[in-house]
Amino acid sequence: MAEEKPWALFSEVGGEGYLEGVIGIMKQHFQLICHKDFLKNPLVYGPKIQALFVWNCYPAAEPSLLTSLPSLKVVANGGVGIDHLDVSYINSLGVKVTNTPGVVSAATADMAMGLLLASARKIVEGHLISVDPKTTYLPSSLMGVEVSGSTLGIIGMGNIGYKIAQRGKGFDMRILYHNRTRRCLEDEEAVGAIYCRNMDDLLKESDFVVLAVNLSPETKHLIGHRELALMKDTATLVNISRGLVVDQEALLKALQSGVIQAAALDVTYPEPLPRDHPLLSLPNVLLTPHAGTNTNTTVRKMVQLMVENAVAVVKGSQVPNEVKL
Amino acid sequence: MEEEKPWVLISEVGGDHGYLAELADIVKQHFHIICYKELLENPELYGPKVQALLNWKFCPVVEPELLRLLPSLKVVASGGVGVDHLDVPFINSLGVKVANTPGVVSDSTADLAMALLLASARRILEGHQVAIDPKTVLIPQRLMGVEVTNASLGIIGMGEIGHKIAQRAKGFDMKIVYHNRRRRSAEDERAVGAKFCESLDELLGRSDFVMVAVKLTAETRGLIGHRELSIMKPTATLVNISRGQVVDQNALVDALQSGRIRAAALDVTHPEPLPRDHPLLGLPSVLITPHIGINTFTTARRMVERMVRNARAAVEGSPVPDEVKLQ
Repeated sequence: MAEEKPWALFSEVGGEGYLEGVIGIMKQHFQLICHKDFLKNPLVYGPKIQALFVWNCYPAAEPSLLTSLPSLKVVANGGVGIDHLDVSYINSLGVKVTNTPGVVSAATADMAMGLLLASARKIVEGHLISVDPKTTYLPSSLMGVEVSGSTLGIIGMGNIGYKIAQRGKGFDMRILYHNRTRRCLEDEEAVGAIYCRNMDDLLKESDFVVLAVNLSPETKHLIGHRELALMKDTATLVNISRGLVVDQEALLKALQSGVIQAAALDVTYPEPLPRDHPLLSLPNVLLTPHAGTNTNTTVRKMVQLMVENAVAVVKGSQVPNEVKL
Repeated sequence: MEEEKPWVLISEVGGDHGYLAELADIVKQHFHIICYKELLENPELYGPKVQALLNWKFCPVVEPELLRLLPSLKVVASGGVGVDHLDVPFINSLGVKVANTPGVVSDSTADLAMALLLASARRILEGHQVAIDPKTVLIPQRLMGVEVTNASLGIIGMGEIGHKIAQRAKGFDMKIVYHNRRRRSAEDERAVGAKFCESLDELLGRSDFVMVAVKLTAETRGLIGHRELSIMKPTATLVNISRGQVVDQNALVDALQSGRIRAAALDVTHPEPLPRDHPLLGLPSVLITPHIGINTFTTARRMVERMVRNARAAVEGSPVPDEVKLQ
């Protein structure tokens, strides 16, 4: 006779939630209830729920929700960033927090390089000219900037930053990095990365500055007026971390006045930007809608790991990715 | 007193098709420039002065009618490595050398090949359009691309450009196979982790990304047609940075419309640009760039410097470093 599976609360299937194909992974181990259904009768469902799955910040793990989940053991996040979760508060309720590092790294690093190259070589502009009904000849003036042999400055050399370095090396880029802690010599040599203890040095020398930090009180507005002014006026800023790592107003001014040449952003604050935001209409800005992990392969791996974490907590076994402060 | 510099014919400076001013300045250091339009104003007077013709982005078109006006011509120095737009035997028969610019174009072209591959795989164009669309109010959850890391890359044409593409792809842990007229050395293969595929069909059948990096010859014209496209995986992407004529365009349209392959990313078409009503322009799964493989200031400058070096050698009667010699 099948044991009843533990109950888990999640956002929704389809719409703003999960792709239909991955729900099966969750159902293997949990009895699922979506947020909308939960809200129809929170007093009945609340006490059953042992796991809360958070995807794209939904459902919000706030007091209003958590206080109605007395049996909750874990908030299991899909994704590695947990800046949207008050971990110390959640822990104070006796609830663990887990995330999904590792499985997101390759796809996010690929996206960082995709943005860097698309911006440098004017892929979007090129395509729009190619398909424009008014185009009658090839433009000779659509010039980009050289990627091969240029200097790549990586701020934040965790799993994702390191994979970006590995990819940059393939283009014979000179790689500088800045990180809270220096990586070991072996790691540095494997990707030919040079440590910059002082972030200012990295900013001054880089042709491409890529932000791959996590968002914390220390990294909020890490890149502001001062940092942008240190960058070369031919440099490109690539952000795949969080919108708040950059002072957006400062970035806007820097792009408008030519303090830096271009920006390619997978993340902004908020997401999406208000429709009248000036960043949307700058010709030297490439924006993607937080698509860093948007492949079926990676989404599957993220859900699998998210579920694995939740199962481990509920069963009381070793938790692969508990977020410990 | 400055000796009069030898005369060189170019298309134009500035304008829609011409040289950027900075590039023309490199030429002016060694040559007196005459533009095509000026030549035609008085061909009897100017024609005989021209000793070198610099061909940039296929202009000026090197046809018999033009060559007839240039009795003193010693060299056609082309910018770029491809010379399929030049009738080399005919030009040689007039006692005129042909030179190209191999090597200097390779990094930039390989970079563009990877840029196209990544932009197509991760749907960067669509992402940007959604991100800036006035109607967008939510981050879309359905804009899913295909994974590049660990995917299979099949490179058709493993010359200098193909090899550099392999080097870049290795950084993404891609599984690389290649097809080439001749197998490369074990050392070359090991350097980029590439396996030789004797059979083009085998490469087509196993690749998630098929990269076309051959030069255009009688053998490679129409190399990728209906048959080849139907062997490819339905989830595969075709990337072409060689010449438009290497791919049967009608077959490509057909394959994309019927879902026999997932997508295509093209820096080259035939003709360039395509007629405005061409079906390729309207397909959502197609990314097209306007032949910008070498479009960076760094590379363009290096190319013009090479063209000038080749032209000077020919004018001075020395061996031309990048002379195109047909087998």
